[in-house]
Amino acid sequence: MPEYGNATEYIAHHLGFMKYGQKADGSWGIAHSAAEADAMGFWSIHVDSMIMSLLVGVIFMGLFHLVSRRITSGVPGGLQNAVEMIVEMVQSSVKSTFYGRNDLIGPLALTIFCWIFMMNLMDLVPVDWIPLLAQIIAQDNHAYFKAVPTTDVNITAGFALGVFILTIYYSVKVKGLGGFLGEFAFHPFGKWALPLNIIMEVPSFLAKPVSLALRLYGNMFAGEMIFMVIAVIGYAQLPLHFAWAVFHILIITLQAYLFMMLTIVYLNQAHIEPHH
Amino acid sequence: MQLNATIIGQTIAFAVFVWFCMKYVWPPITAALLERQKKIAEGLEAADRAQRDLSLAQNKVADELREAKQQSAEIIELANKRANQIVDEAKEKAREEGLRLIAGAKAEIDMEIQRAKEVLRSQVAAIAIAGAEKILESSIDQAANEELIKKLAAEL
Repeated sequence: MPEYGNATEYIAHHLGFMKYGQKADGSWGIAHSAAEADAMGFWSIHVDSMIMSLLVGVIFMGLFHLVSRRITSGVPGGLQNAVEMIVEMVQSSVKSTFYGRNDLIGPLALTIFCWIFMMNLMDLVPVDWIPLLAQIIAQDNHAYFKAVPTTDVNITAGFALGVFILTIYYSVKVKGLGGFLGEFAFHPFGKWALPLNIIMEVPSFLAKPVSLALRLYGNMFAGEMIFMVIAVIGYAQLPLHFAWAVFHILIITLQAYLFMMLTIVYLNQAHIEPHH
Repeated sequence: MQLNATIIGQTIAFAVFVWFCMKYVWPPITAALLERQKKIAEGLEAADRAQRDLSLAQNKVADELREAKQQSAEIIELANKRANQIVDEAKEKAREEGLRLIAGAKAEIDMEIQRAKEVLRSQVAAIAIAGAEKILESSIDQAANEELIKKLAAEL
């Protein structure tokens, strides 16, 4: 188990990523200090985020796939019942918000909700457990390992980017390239206020994915930061930790749901003509 | 907070997961849900139909029961009437039979009497002769004999 000089060092270490990239001397490898990590450019990757993201993703997708393979329309078992409840929740959300016809929206919303929820759920695992396990596996007392992928802005931005690309794709597909660009040029004030329209619409369009990514990242980052702060205050952490974890159950579910709902809303906007 | 290639990796992973979900997870589950919905709707409809059938059958049963009761009442009434009739007829027959038997017995008795009388009549002569012989053997008293024979004949 690593020894920390003080609380600042403890928290700083917990905020570090296991980052793989090109070091200052030109060799490729995992960064061993914050300075080394910062020196890496864009072409580096957070190994811990990716591992945890794929791990929880495979767990949830495997579970759902297992259920979907032996699903029955008769009396459902416990696991099938739980999966059906989630699917029905997603389905009703899509039905109430999405007015177009698109077979992608349901699976997309389900994947987003479950996957983000699973990632957020890692926040409820005590803050030292997963990093400690990673350090034991890596045989390195000082290995960085971040357990909650959604506290990495790259992961949340990855989701937002995917949604953003889909939004553009379906906008162009449904309304045509002219219709899509016309929305920026001729709304909301008509064609005589074209520059004003562009100034208003382009940032608002670009703000969608940014806000999507930053909302989730900010909530989860703040939540985890509080867990870390609680973890450094000695035995008093136990009741506090419990209280915050209970409250956090609400936050992680809400954020996953919010991400899903906003995705549906954005894709709905891509499918329908704007109001005049 | 620093953007790096993780965003690309996550976007690709996201696309793969959504594709997988769309291909292998979502369709069977929603199909099963839809099928169950249909099954439940059918079940409810069947229950409704059964309820309707039941009430119809109950009405029919009540009707038939009432009819059967009425019929049985009629039958009982008829049977009672018939029974009375039979009893009356039997009484009548018995009375006639009795009368007939009495008449028969009377006729037979008369016949017997006649026959006895005949037998007696046929024997009177013999008895008279026997009486006469007895009288002749002792003392002949014409007057007394005649008296005797007359008496004898009158008794027959």
